Amino acid sequence: MSGTENQMTGAEIVLQALKDNGVEHIFGYPGGAVLPIYDEIFQQEEIEHILVRHEQGAGHMAEGYARSTGKVGVMLVTSGPGATNAVTPLQDALMDSIPLVCISGQVPTALIGSDAFQECDTVGITRPCTKHNWLVKDVNDLARIIHEAFRVAQSGRPGPVVVDIPKDIQFATGTYTPPSAVPTQKSYQPKTQGDLKKIEEAVELMKGARQPIIYSGGGVINSGPQASHLLRELVELTGFPITSTLMGLGAYPASGKNWLGMLGMHGTYEANMAMHDCDVMVCIGARFDDRITGRLNAFSPNSKKIHIDIDPSSINKNVRVDVPILGDVGTVLEDMVRLWRAASKSADKARLSDWWETIAKWRARNSLAYTPNDEVIMPQYAIQRLYELSKDRDTYITTEVGQHQMWAAQFFGFEQPNRWMTSGGLGTMGYGFPAAIGVQVAHPKSLVIDIAGDASIQMCIQEMSCAVQYGLPVKIFILNNQYMGMVRQWQQLLHGNRLSHSYTEAMPDFVKLAEAYGGVGIRCDKPSELDEAIRQMIDTPQPVIFDCRVANLANCFPMIPSGKAHNEMLLPDEATDEAVANAIDAKGRQLV
Amino acid sequence: MSAHLQPTGSAYFIAKETELAETHTLSVLVDNEPGVLARVIGLFSGRGYNIESLTVSETEHEAHLSRITIVTRGTPHVLDQIKNQLERLVPVHRVVDLTVRAASLGHDRPIERELALVKVQGSGEHRVEALRLADAFRASVIDANIEHFVFEITGKPSKIEQFIAIMKPLGLIEVCRTGIAAMNRGPQGM
Repeated sequence: MSGTENQMTGAEIVLQALKDNGVEHIFGYPGGAVLPIYDEIFQQEEIEHILVRHEQGAGHMAEGYARSTGKVGVMLVTSGPGATNAVTPLQDALMDSIPLVCISGQVPTALIGSDAFQECDTVGITRPCTKHNWLVKDVNDLARIIHEAFRVAQSGRPGPVVVDIPKDIQFATGTYTPPSAVPTQKSYQPKTQGDLKKIEEAVELMKGARQPIIYSGGGVINSGPQASHLLRELVELTGFPITSTLMGLGAYPASGKNWLGMLGMHGTYEANMAMHDCDVMVCIGARFDDRITGRLNAFSPNSKKIHIDIDPSSINKNVRVDVPILGDVGTVLEDMVRLWRAASKSADKARLSDWWETIAKWRARNSLAYTPNDEVIMPQYAIQRLYELSKDRDTYITTEVGQHQMWAAQFFGFEQPNRWMTSGGLGTMGYGFPAAIGVQVAHPKSLVIDIAGDASIQMCIQEMSCAVQYGLPVKIFILNNQYMGMVRQWQQLLHGNRLSHSYTEAMPDFVKLAEAYGGVGIRCDKPSELDEAIRQMIDTPQPVIFDCRVANLANCFPMIPSGKAHNEMLLPDEATDEAVANAIDAKGRQLV
Repeated sequence: MSAHLQPTGSAYFIAKETELAETHTLSVLVDNEPGVLARVIGLFSGRGYNIESLTVSETEHEAHLSRITIVTRGTPHVLDQIKNQLERLVPVHRVVDLTVRAASLGHDRPIERELALVKVQGSGEHRVEALRLADAFRASVIDANIEHFVFEITGKPSKIEQFIAIMKPLGLIEVCRTGIAAMNRGPQGM
């Protein structure tokens, strides 16, 4: 191991460590404090670097790349503004548990703390928005730290990490240590195996259930394809109905017969009613987020709750559970399925027939209904057509944040995990387009569509230039209603319909904008022409901006208004102007 | 959780807390690496937890381990969260709620001790009285001239509070306290 062959400069060590951790693509933007690393990138061909137009874009691309492949996403930024621009995607990845390694340049060690040009306290700024971070002060620690960074990012509950490397460390010569020779930090050894006693207890509860429900989340996706497979097996074996959070869509197929649709604030009536009335809830890799639970003291009042999660701090955080199981979803489900099969006399599915009848009545309420229109394109219709015309292809969907995101979640059917990339926890407008670019880099032959809103898309529109440069044929499908639709919907609900700054008076011509960047622009405002326009978009081998003009004032229903419980949903056919105005009482409105 | 929730008219539900807050002492064993203390206290401020006392020092030099003692106040549910959130930090080896452990061992509370330096200035009767009281509290004089004393006192926080309070009218100039060091009674380690 000793000798000169393992002597490298810090910049060489960075590239070697990335290769040894299986990295093939990195998303980045050069600057003074990372020039030695860029010089190394220039002199090799194994790792492809994607030049972004803003560091936020690099982060979301790395997130999309990670979410669609299950691999770690890697971003590279310079010191100061490069690092501060990375903060939004880092926090986004932290909240949605996306494995991300961010390598940042830093001013030379001797200048740290002197307010040098493009200096910022990167580890200080990113400490609360990463799972862990490191400032490298000795080139001989560099390889170890990068290997450890990859381990921390992808093990346990995945998340973002930052490795901050001063410029003098990039130039200095030191010893390279391969990953296998690096001892792991003893204090971080996440537990993946669930406690078998607890799992037995859970299976016992499930066998006795008469009104059970499975509530799955992003943890199933993070655990890998095997976890989704086991989830499907569990649903098949138990005959339980299943709903999922926004982050968990695709783990169980939308066409599956036990599927109730998404739950939560804009979830289906049947999913939320079943959550409210169930007697046993099996929460698998979800975290009882406030968008899911509605009013906490009315949340599923009569159920015994089982919670599988790899993060102990997620258990009993918002909702007290009866059977907590700490471990990796895939590993725990494997035990759970085995125990269910082994149970001498598994509970017969007939005992659930009353429950399924009740659910059928809720389903018949048809909570996603909307009024069709021949004159203007309804946003829900646009998503439905997009789904129908792309479902037989190898399709990946990303979204921005807002009404379009909820409509996509409600109306696009996801059959497989890792096909749906959206910003759930942080709710980052501007996420979807760069994320789609990241997905396209990982899957160059696939159809990658960013379902966007007219407001969100303008937050990272500059990445059109990146998509065109690398010939990445990402499709941006904008539901253009000229409003920040979700903001407006809340203003209608809470603020007496005073639409303060939620209308965009000056909208760019998206077709010309696409052309200005060297992409293709398509506009459609007639329902009768929509299918043809979507086909044209799909068949275009370049990046496309599709300006889909939709009904301006459509709102997103069903909805659990704030302060209400799961069984107090506002359904689309009840959502008259008056009902919307009175959905939240006057006392509530004063309290904001 | 058990809190009564009211519609807030916002996108969030704001809970009125009904559980009673308790004061607990936590021991946290961490790798003594740069930034570890910032991580711990950043977690407390970022998530809105309280720190009433904080003591930290490297306790095992060869293993580079530091022991942080934190006195915090919160409802049982929040105290659970604090422990779980601390354990999530990469350089944290172990978190023990000494107050909970003490109760399970049948003790009232863990051993908690603090050291204080107390400077008192005065002459005549006040000076004699200060020295007499210091003796009663088993505080020792570690610096003095004809105008002042610096006392060193160790003990439970309540004893130190009391000592400081009675020194106030006798010419108290300044106080420096270490914060609480704590461990459980009995033969077991943390």
